[in-house]
This record gives sequence, C-alpha cells and structure tokens, in this order.
Amino acid sequence: MNLIYLVPLFPLLGFLINGLFRKSLSKSLIGIIGSGAILASFIVSIILFNDVRTNGSMIVSYFNLLDIEAFKIPFAFQIDQLSVIFLLIITGIGFLIHVYSTAYMNDETNEHFGRYFSYLNLFVFSMLLLVMGANYVIMFIGWEGVGLCSYLLIGFWFKNNTYNYAAKKAFVMNRIGDLGFLLAVFWILAKLGTVNYGEVFASTVKFSASDITGITLLLFVGACGKSAQIPLYTWLPDAMAGPTPVSALIHAATMVTAGIYMIARSNVLYTMAPFTQTVVAIIGLATALFAATIALKQNDIKKVLAYSTVSQLGYMFLGLGAGAYTGAVFHVMTHAFFKALLFLGAGSVIHAMHHEQDIRNMGGLKKHLPITHISFLLACLAISGVPPFSGFFSKDEILAAAYLKNPIFYYLGAIGALMTAFYMFRLYALTFLGKFRGTEEQHHHLHESPSAMTIPLIVLAILSVVGGFIGIPEIFAPDAHMLEKFLHPIFAQSDSIKELHHLDRSTEWMMMGGVSVLIIVVIIIAWRKYSRTEQFVASHGIARTLENKWYVDELYDNVIVRPVTGLGSVLKNVVEKAGIDGAVNGVGRFVHYSSRQLRLLQSGQVGNYILFMVLSIVVLFLVFWNQPQIAHFLEKIF
Amino acid sequence: MIAVLLILIPLLTGLAGFAINRERGSRNWAVLSSVITLAVMIYGVTMAQGKQLGVDTTWLPQLGSRFALNLDGMSKMLCLLTAVAFPLIFIATYKNTYTNPGKFYALMLLSQAGLMGVFMAVDCLVFYFFWELALIPVYFLCSIWGGEKRIAATFKFFIYTFAGSLLMLVGILYLYNLTPDHSFALSSFYKLKLSASQQNFGFWMFFIAFAIKMPIFPFHTWQPDTYEQSPTAVTMVLSGIMVKMGVFGVLRWLLPIFPDAVSKFSNVIIIFSIIGILYASLIAIKQDDLKRLIAYSSIAHLGLMSAAIFSQQRIGIEGVMVQMFNHGIVVIGLWIVADAIERQTGTRKFSQLGGLAQKAPGLAILLVLMAFANIALPLTNSFVGEFLMFNGLFRYNPWMAFTAGTSVILAAVYTLGMIQKVFYGSVNTATENSIEANSNIRWVLIILAIGIIILGVYPQPVINLTKDTVDHLITQIQL
Repeated sequence: MNLIYLVPLFPLLGFLINGLFRKSLSKSLIGIIGSGAILASFIVSIILFNDVRTNGSMIVSYFNLLDIEAFKIPFAFQIDQLSVIFLLIITGIGFLIHVYSTAYMNDETNEHFGRYFSYLNLFVFSMLLLVMGANYVIMFIGWEGVGLCSYLLIGFWFKNNTYNYAAKKAFVMNRIGDLGFLLAVFWILAKLGTVNYGEVFASTVKFSASDITGITLLLFVGACGKSAQIPLYTWLPDAMAGPTPVSALIHAATMVTAGIYMIARSNVLYTMAPFTQTVVAIIGLATALFAATIALKQNDIKKVLAYSTVSQLGYMFLGLGAGAYTGAVFHVMTHAFFKALLFLGAGSVIHAMHHEQDIRNMGGLKKHLPITHISFLLACLAISGVPPFSGFFSKDEILAAAYLKNPIFYYLGAIGALMTAFYMFRLYALTFLGKFRGTEEQHHHLHESPSAMTIPLIVLAILSVVGGFIGIPEIFAPDAHMLEKFLHPIFAQSDSIKELHHLDRSTEWMMMGGVSVLIIVVIIIAWRKYSRTEQFVASHGIARTLENKWYVDELYDNVIVRPVTGLGSVLKNVVEKAGIDGAVNGVGRFVHYSSRQLRLLQSGQVGNYILFMVLSIVVLFLVFWNQPQIAHFLEKIF
Repeated sequence: MIAVLLILIPLLTGLAGFAINRERGSRNWAVLSSVITLAVMIYGVTMAQGKQLGVDTTWLPQLGSRFALNLDGMSKMLCLLTAVAFPLIFIATYKNTYTNPGKFYALMLLSQAGLMGVFMAVDCLVFYFFWELALIPVYFLCSIWGGEKRIAATFKFFIYTFAGSLLMLVGILYLYNLTPDHSFALSSFYKLKLSASQQNFGFWMFFIAFAIKMPIFPFHTWQPDTYEQSPTAVTMVLSGIMVKMGVFGVLRWLLPIFPDAVSKFSNVIIIFSIIGILYASLIAIKQDDLKRLIAYSSIAHLGLMSAAIFSQQRIGIEGVMVQMFNHGIVVIGLWIVADAIERQTGTRKFSQLGGLAQKAPGLAILLVLMAFANIALPLTNSFVGEFLMFNGLFRYNPWMAFTAGTSVILAAVYTLGMIQKVFYGSVNTATENSIEANSNIRWVLIILAIGIIILGVYPQPVINLTKDTVDHLITQIQL
C-alpha cells in the first residue's frame, strides 16, 4: 500500500522542522511537532498492521540506491508480520516517550529543547528504516543511523566530558559490531549478488555450510554490538549519561532490539547454522547471567535498569539460539513495555529527587509518588516473570525452548530469572519502601510528576500487565498464542527445516510452576530485606567485585585501549619521526642548505620571478608548437 | 572546444591576475574566473551530450606528440570536482588576507589550469606538461604564503614530488621509445605489447610517481607537513583535488599499460596500502593538531582507494570513482572548518581547544556532519564509495577486507575524539571569545553538506558518469 513511506517520513519531517527552526519555535510547538510526528507514524502503522493481517506482506521499491553491474540495491521497504510488530512497538512506545519528554525536558532552553526533539525524531526515523528495509543494506543504514543518534543523545549535555566519553564509547563499540555486519553483507553479495531478504532466503542452496556459518556469525557480531551482548555490552550501562527518556528509548523501543530483529529476520540462515545457534544461545545465556550478577550490587537506579536490560537481551538471544524466534520477539515486545515503564518511572523519581540517582539516598517514595510507585511495582512484577504479568509468558516461552535445546541452559536461565526478581525488588524496596534517606531539602520538594509524565506511565503499566495475553501457551488454552499465529509466515521456512520437539505437559507444568513459586519466594526475601535497610556498609570481596562490574571496563582499558593508543604513540613519535622520515634526513640536510638559497630568492621581487617562470613555460609551450627544427633537435636527443 | 576552454580560462585569467595588485580586485577576479570555468564545465557535462568535447591538434609532429585532450567519464568527473572546488575554496577563504594577493590568486588559477590538463590529457607529453604546471605553482604558494616552517615543508614536498616526476619522465620516454611509430599518444601506449621485464620496469617508474602523489605508505611523510604548513586554500587544493592526480594516474596510465605487472605486484601494494591505512589511523588517534589529524585521516582514506584499485575488481574501481569525487567534497569541508577554528582561536591544538559548540553551534553542527561523512556513515556520500571499495577488496581477499575494515573503527575513534576535543566540554581561555564563523564559510559548508547528503542518498549520477571509463578499463585489464 502506498501509505508505507509515510511511516518514516513523519519523523524525518519532524527532525528537519525542529532541527532547522528550533530557535524560532516555542517549546510547546516543538513538543507538538515532535510527538505528533511519531503519533502520525503510529496511526499509519496501525493501518498497516490491519492491512498485513488481511492481505499479508508487501514490498514497495522506490528507487535504486545503487545500480551497478554486480548488483542492484533498491531502496525498498518490506512490511510484513515481523516488521509491522516492530513498527507498532517503535512508534507506540516512542510516542509515549516523546510525550513524557515534553515535561521532563522542560527546563532546557528553547534551542536545546528543539535539538533534543529533533534528535529523538531522527532516532525513531533510523530505527524505522532499520526494520522497514527490504534488504540488508537499508537495514544497515538504519543500523548505523541509530548508532549516530545514540551518540548524539547520550552526549546531549555536551559540556560534561564524561558524558561525551560515554557517547563516544557507545559509537565505537557499535562500530566494532557494524564491521561484522558489513563483512557479512559483502559475503552475501559476493555469493549471491543480492541482499534482498526474499531472494537471499530463497537461494540459500547457493551457500556452502561454511558460508552460512560465517555469515551468521558475522551478523551476530553486529547484533552483539547493537544489542549489548558479551563482549560488546559495556557501552549500554554507560549510555545512561543521556537524559532518562533517551535511556527509555534506547532500551525499549529502539536500538538494542535491533540485534534481535536482525536475527529474527535472518531466521532461515540461523536455522541452517546449528553451530552459530549454539554460539548465540551460549553468549545470550552468559550475558543474561553475567549482567544479572552485576545488577545485584549497583546503587544507581539507572545502572540497575541498564544491567537488567543487558540481562534481558541475553534471554532474547538465548531464545533465538534455541530456535524460539517467536519467543524472542514476544520478549522484545513485553520487555519494551516494562522496560520503558521502568526507565520513565526512574525518570519520574529522578525528577522528583532533583537529579539524585543513588538509591541509597532514596526510600519511602511510595507515598509521595503514588502513580509512579504503583506503575513501577507492576513493571517489577512483569520483569520478574510473576504470573500473569506480561514478562511471565514471554520468559517462560524462552526457557521452555532452552530446555529443549539443553536442560542445562534451562537451569542456568532459571537461576538468572531468580536473580532478576531479586535485584528488581531490591531496587523497588530501596526506592519506594522504608524511610526516606535523602536530604531535608529533597524531602521538602518531593512531588508527583505532571500528567504528561504520569499518563505514559499508566498506559505502559496497563500494557505491562496485560501484554502477555497475546501469547498464551498451549497448555493453558489451545490455539491461544495469537502472536505465534500472526508471525507464522515469517518463521515457517525455519520451522520446516528444523525438527520440532515438544515438552510433555507434566514437565512443562512442573517447570513453570516451580520457577514461579521460587520467584515469588525471592521477591518476598528481597522485599523484607531491603524495605528495612537503613545503613549501607562498604562491600567486600565478591560483592565489591560485582559493584565494580567485574572490572571489565578496566580490563578492556588495559588490554585493548591502552595498547592501541600506545601503538599510535610509538608510530607517531618514533616510527614516523625517526624511521620513515629519517630516510629523508639526508635529503633534509640538502633541504636546509637549499632553503638558504631560497631565502635569497625571496628577498627579491618574488612575484616577478614567478611570473617570469610561468610565462616562460607558456612561451616555451607555444614556441614548441610546430617548430620543426627544435622538435628535430629533441628527436635526436631521444 | 570545452576541453580547451577549461584550461584556457584559468590559465589566461591566472596570467592576467599577476597584474592585479588590489586585494578585493584580485579576489573577485579569481572568484569570477572559477565561476565561469564551473559554468563551462556544467555545460560540458549536461548540455553538450554527444558533442565532441575534446581536441586533437598537431603540436610536435616530429616528436609524435599531439595536443590531444579528451573527456571521458572519469575526466569529466574529476574536472567537475576541480571546477566545483575552486570557487568554493575561493569563497570560503574570501576573508583571508594575503600579502601580494594578486600573485596568490594567479598561482592558484594556474594550478587549476594544470589540474584540468592532467585530467584531460590523452597524450603523455601533454600529460607530463600539465602535471608540472599543476605542481609548480603549489611550490611557490607553500613556500611564500605558508606557515612558520614552510620552507622545510615545501622542500620536502618538492623533493618527493620532483623525484616522482623524474621517474615518471623516465618511464614516459622509455615507453615512447618502445612505440613502433614513436608516439606519445595514450592510444599508442595502450597498444604496446610489453614483455614481462619491460612491464616491471615501466610499472615501477610510474607507480612511484603516483604513489608519492596519493600518497601510499611509506611515501607519505611529505603530506602532513605540507598540509600543515600550506595556506589553507592551498591545502584544500592539495588534499581535495591534487591527491586524485595520483589515483587518476594509476587508473589511466598504470593499470591499462602494465596489466601483467599490476597483477604481479598487486598483493604487495595492497598490503602496503593496508599497512598505511592502519598506520595513519593509529597516528591520527594520537594527534594533537587538527590539521595533522585531517592529513593522516586523508592518508588512510587514500590508502583504501589504492587497495581497492589494486584488488582489480570492477566493483572496487567503481567505488574509487565515487570516492574520488566524494572525498574531495568532504575533505575540503573539513579544512574549511579547521581554518575557521584556527582563525577564531589562534590555535589548532586540541589540548587548547574545547567548548566551541556553545560559542559556534552552527559551525559545530556542520563539522559533525562533515566528520560523520569522513567516517562514511550511511546516507553520507562517503558511505557508497567505501561500501563498494571494501566490497571489491573482500572479493579479492576477505581477510584483507577485514584487516582494512578495522580502520572504520579507528576512524570513529579519532573523528569523534576530534569533535569532542574541539567542540564539546567547557569553554576555556582560547575559545571563550569565539563567535560563529562568517557567512561565507557557513554558506560554503551548507552547500557541501547538501552535496554530501544528496550524493549519499542517490550516488547514481557519479556512477553513471564514470561508467564508460570503468567499462573500458575492465576490458583493458582483462586483455
């Protein structure tokens, strides 16, 4: 349908208008344009969703981005079941975040307010390109585009150099992944001469087994960068330097889900590469556990949430690696609801606390921020996987698939789920329960946020509670997994390749029931422990290591950053100066001598010399023209 | 006749320019001349479809050299770049003052005439003549109007390029003697059936000249010094256009005349190119000087072009065509910003800069755009070129593509570091009195920015323009 181009067009226009006229527009107008653009895209997305439901997928090609002999790369959009789900998530949640931002960023000057909204719109635009593209190159354009926007937004307050450093780190780490993506694209192009999804997946027979393994591994490197998986995850926790709604956007609606989308999109290739799938599952699981341990001991409200995102993304990759593509997409969706809610809730807390982010200085906010409190609690229940909140369904689906892949994956994944419940309720209890531990002044100013901020919280809270019902597992009600039915065309080819296993019902009940009970027990423990905490002692041993995030940043710094920059120094100061230039040093002495001669020349009428010289060249040139004698003479010489 | 006009206009206005002494007059004269050249060029590319653009008249019949110029796709593209760049350079540096302005602008125009000739010549003697005509004014421009260490820098530049030119001259005469009809015509050179040893000898004579000009590691050390010491307008010409003389030379002369030697040595040259890419990128990370950072970044980019050419893949060469044009646009933009910053703050040292985004937000946005074009972000023009070049390299050898590809990470490190150190952070004594750059600079940057985006979204015009050259080149290599 010809409405498709409108989806990315609205945010692009919003970006241009707010970006170019940010000085002359009023704040409310900027807010309306910024949010309105995303709302318009959301409405079009709903229309497209209905269209896809009735008519199936569609591909629209606009022009050729590249048209050379070796291949054509059309600028084309593909709207199908998978991309339309992502469109709804991106624009729907993106819209709520925009609305929230109008109040949250209200202290900024007009110019920065406009800059903020234009970046935000550009972010959404890039993400839309990423999911709408009908080939890997368009995806890559959006892929790097979100990297750019995250760079701009993380470093939004550019006077602070730590923020700038975090922004740069995010971009560089993403670029490492991007290189993997790019090499995979080259590989596909070299083998097939096309990057259009449909054609690539239809001609997988032209790949050798090692081709597929190589391509999928390289794509996965890209996914690791964008979706913050080991070893490229360290940028995401630092990315909280940006304004809090930006964190919500990065963690929920855009950016980090890109890696999941890419692998879900390439599911045919991954299903054909069992080795890669195992790698994906192991990396995902390791990230899920590793990040969860770090989250246990973080004291910055946004850091806890950031590590929980890394951990939850790990679950999604575990799902992808186990072949549960629907489960992973499902978890993307439910996670988008509750993670956006958590970050916006955190923003509301930070707003009320006057930019305090340390949960050790909070406590007892329950009665001052009633709406924030309730919605935050619901989000914590959802992310912990308490039935029947949304996270329960999606996480359960992933864990069940992990069991089928390898029971050990399941047990480790379940441990991670328990840790999730623990650190989320530690966070909740320290923030909202117990006594207030901040300064008197902060206490005096505590207030619930304005409605532009609380309404998005309420909407997201509702979604976090009921969002799971679109994916009710078979054992509760047959044929009730609406999402699976909807997405079936996308994963049909994969389903036909792999052998399908099913859990028997009693095992499934046992697993589901057992984990749920344990989660509730853990929640009660965390609740009781941290609602009474008043004193914080410096941590020792393993706790200290966790608090310092296993010292991974320091490790990278010493093993990668320093050697590389050190090498740069050596090349600059030693090799370039002494080595290569030294070879010219003999010439250099001559230079020195000659320069004295040149100075003599310069003391005279320089311009005349030059004029004379150039003129003589020209005269010579003209004289040579048809001068047989001179030419004859020259011929003899030659 | 278009070809002759493209040379004659800058040549004659340049010569006349020596007579102008008044500052304003000389500037306006240069702007006027370059705009007329641009108009002729645009006419040549668009309106004069199918007409004979070149010229071929007798010059030195006894020597077998004819005054022959031709405009194929690559020539058109590079002449267009030259024609577009000069007025933009003149306008962006309009407010800069020079002693003896008449002579400065006159030499600039002469250099432009030389560049046009280089890109159009299809006779080797004519080519050599214009090659020197383009370079000689630059020696003077650097040594007279340059920075503090200009003499040393100019001599380094002179020694390098002069050595290269001499080797090339030897190569030209060597080939000339091998032609059965004793001709300097490009077509006669193409028809030569050279033995392996003849190819090897000629190859290195030409290659070193072009390698110095591009420059390819380890022939690059003249470049950072020269770029740093030259007046910025000259640096823009050097890095935006003149480095393409080297790339152009490889594509027009080296590849078609010595195809066997190219295949034989391509591996070595690609390895050196890749070493150069990484070497220059690593040094760029540690640079404290804005101009030197851009210089090393440029060396890295040219290294990639060289690697892509010698991978002898059609797609890589297509990428080089696109990138020759696009690199020129982006790097000129970067130099304009660098010059604006230096004129505002009196320094190019990162350690002394910071916080300029608060004082000059407009300039900051434009630099960020140029910077992201420099690291080939998609939808900027450089992406297309790099995408195709890496693709070609990948087809030649995936591991080489991977190794060279790490430079995209390093490029992000040093480019974002540059933005951070210059524009972000807090204001200091050097930057607190800065204001927005003047409107000339801003308008030129905006024009460049629009070009960057348009060619990033729709690069096809450049690809189509140079298609005939690529087609021809591919058939020649395969012979």
